[in-house]
Amino acid sequence: MIRFDRVTKIYPRSGGSAALRDVTLHIAKGEFAFLTGPSGAGKSTILKLLYMEERPTSGEVRISGYNSADISPRDISKLRRRLGIVFQDFRLLEDRTAEGNVAFALEVTGVPRPLIPGKVARALTAVGLASKATAYPRELSGGEQQRVAFARALVNDPFVLIADEPTGNLDERATRGIFQLLRDINASGTAVLMATHNLDLVRSSDYRCIEMNHGEVVYDSADAKRKAG
Amino acid sequence: MLSLRSAFRAFSRAPLLSLLSVTTIAFSLFAFGLFGLVALNIRNALRTVEERVEIRAFLADKTPVEQIAAASDDIAKFPEVEHVDVVTQEQALARAKRELGEFKDVFESEFLPASLDVKLKPGFRDPNTVRRIADRLRALEFVDDVRYGDEWITQLYRLRNIAGVAGGVLGLAFAAVAIIIIGATIRMAVLARAKEIAIMRLVGATDWFIRRPFLIEGSIKGIVGGTLALILSYVAMRALQQYLHLETAFFDQRMAMLGVASGALMGLGGSAVSVGRHLRKV
Ligand SMILES: Nc1ncnc2c1ncn2[C@@H]1O[C@H](COP(=O)(O)OP(=O)(O)OP(=O)(O)O)[C@@H](O)[C@H]1O
Ligand SMILES: [Mg+2]
Repeated sequence: MIRFDRVTKIYPRSGGSAALRDVTLHIAKGEFAFLTGPSGAGKSTILKLLYMEERPTSGEVRISGYNSADISPRDISKLRRRLGIVFQDFRLLEDRTAEGNVAFALEVTGVPRPLIPGKVARALTAVGLASKATAYPRELSGGEQQRVAFARALVNDPFVLIADEPTGNLDERATRGIFQLLRDINASGTAVLMATHNLDLVRSSDYRCIEMNHGEVVYDSADAKRKAG
Repeated sequence: MLSLRSAFRAFSRAPLLSLLSVTTIAFSLFAFGLFGLVALNIRNALRTVEERVEIRAFLADKTPVEQIAAASDDIAKFPEVEHVDVVTQEQALARAKRELGEFKDVFESEFLPASLDVKLKPGFRDPNTVRRIADRLRALEFVDDVRYGDEWITQLYRLRNIAGVAGGVLGLAFAAVAIIIIGATIRMAVLARAKEIAIMRLVGATDWFIRRPFLIEGSIKGIVGGTLALILSYVAMRALQQYLHLETAFFDQRMAMLGVASGALMGLGGSAVSVGRHLRKV
């Protein structure tokens, strides 16, 4: 479903040093995988290549039938409608309520108006925030704001959820809550790819863990398992 | 529909910015309009002056009436000639008295010669044609002298040409300034909504969808600015009429609509360039 085939990424203004070096990777449908590694290892770069914010310098990224080598701008839009993307800094619109923020994702992608309220309500319920639907981001805690961001990411029924350090700004308790949410999302069939520095979180579960360093995959628990088995 | 609504929302969200862009558009188009009015009125003035362009061939004393009539018929058949008036000595005297009433007494005697007053068709009233026709008339044996607004016509034409070129150059300069200002204000609007745009892209809004409200916003501002400029131009013209007691013309309906439409086009162009450049960068 997601395939990195010998992907190298050199950013134009990086002075020639590679953010990713010859990365080959496969993530199966419905899989849950952590991306770990020190700062600058290339985790965010992997995720950006996935939602085609960046293109590989060499090699190719394939995701759900699209190929980084020949994807059109129009297809990038289509692809992103089927992805859910969440960041450390929530990226909510301050002048919209929780439901307004979730509805935004539907409004700007041409979902028929009458369908929007139902979808929004369902997404907010899924993240446990139905009671805060009319609250503005400034009236919500960090954990709640991140749930709104998850509701927005989920409202289009994505086949994969991409989360770049979603718990980076949250305390221990809120982190646990968000992680539980991610497990629920994964349990309902959505693949989850999550970049994180939180090794406790990684160790507390037996999900796949891909560790990166200097733009290379240095450890993949899936490989380790395969070798052991 | 959604994009129209969000364009209006952009107005209410950033009223100061919107007001600024509308007024700058209005003022640049107003400057354009003022110049256009000057050009329009120079052109109108020239037209009435041109209408008066006449060549007057003074006839020798005692030229037989039949010969004058025959010559008048001949000249009337020149392709450049609209019509020919035969002015007898008596008529010349009467005209002189009418035009210079105070000096009535001077014109008692019959010393004003008869003349053929030749009027040229529109399009043939330029200095070269006038000179050519005058030379042909001078060649006739019973013509003593030919007069026409020689230097004067040449000067007027030069003035008109200068006005035309200056109008074109200044008009284009103003239009460029207007487009740059619109582009800058739209860029500010784009930057003010940079976060919104980033989220739109992330959730899969198409480029066209992201662009559309800005294009609509730019066009609406252009239309509003253009209308405002039209009103300002009209007010300015009325003020000039009042204080300078000048007879002036205003744009006709077609030109007024053209002005507003070019405002819309400037708004559209400015915002298209600005949005395009910004979206490529983000
Ligand atoms: N837009 C860019 N232009 C130039 N270099 C970049 C750009 N984005 C990232 N890099 C570089 O690429 C390398 C990998 O960056 P990346 O953001 O993928 O790391 P990361 O693993 O996500 O780090 P962190 O844990 O701090 O978020 C870094 O050396 C970084 O400086
Ligand atoms: Mg990162």
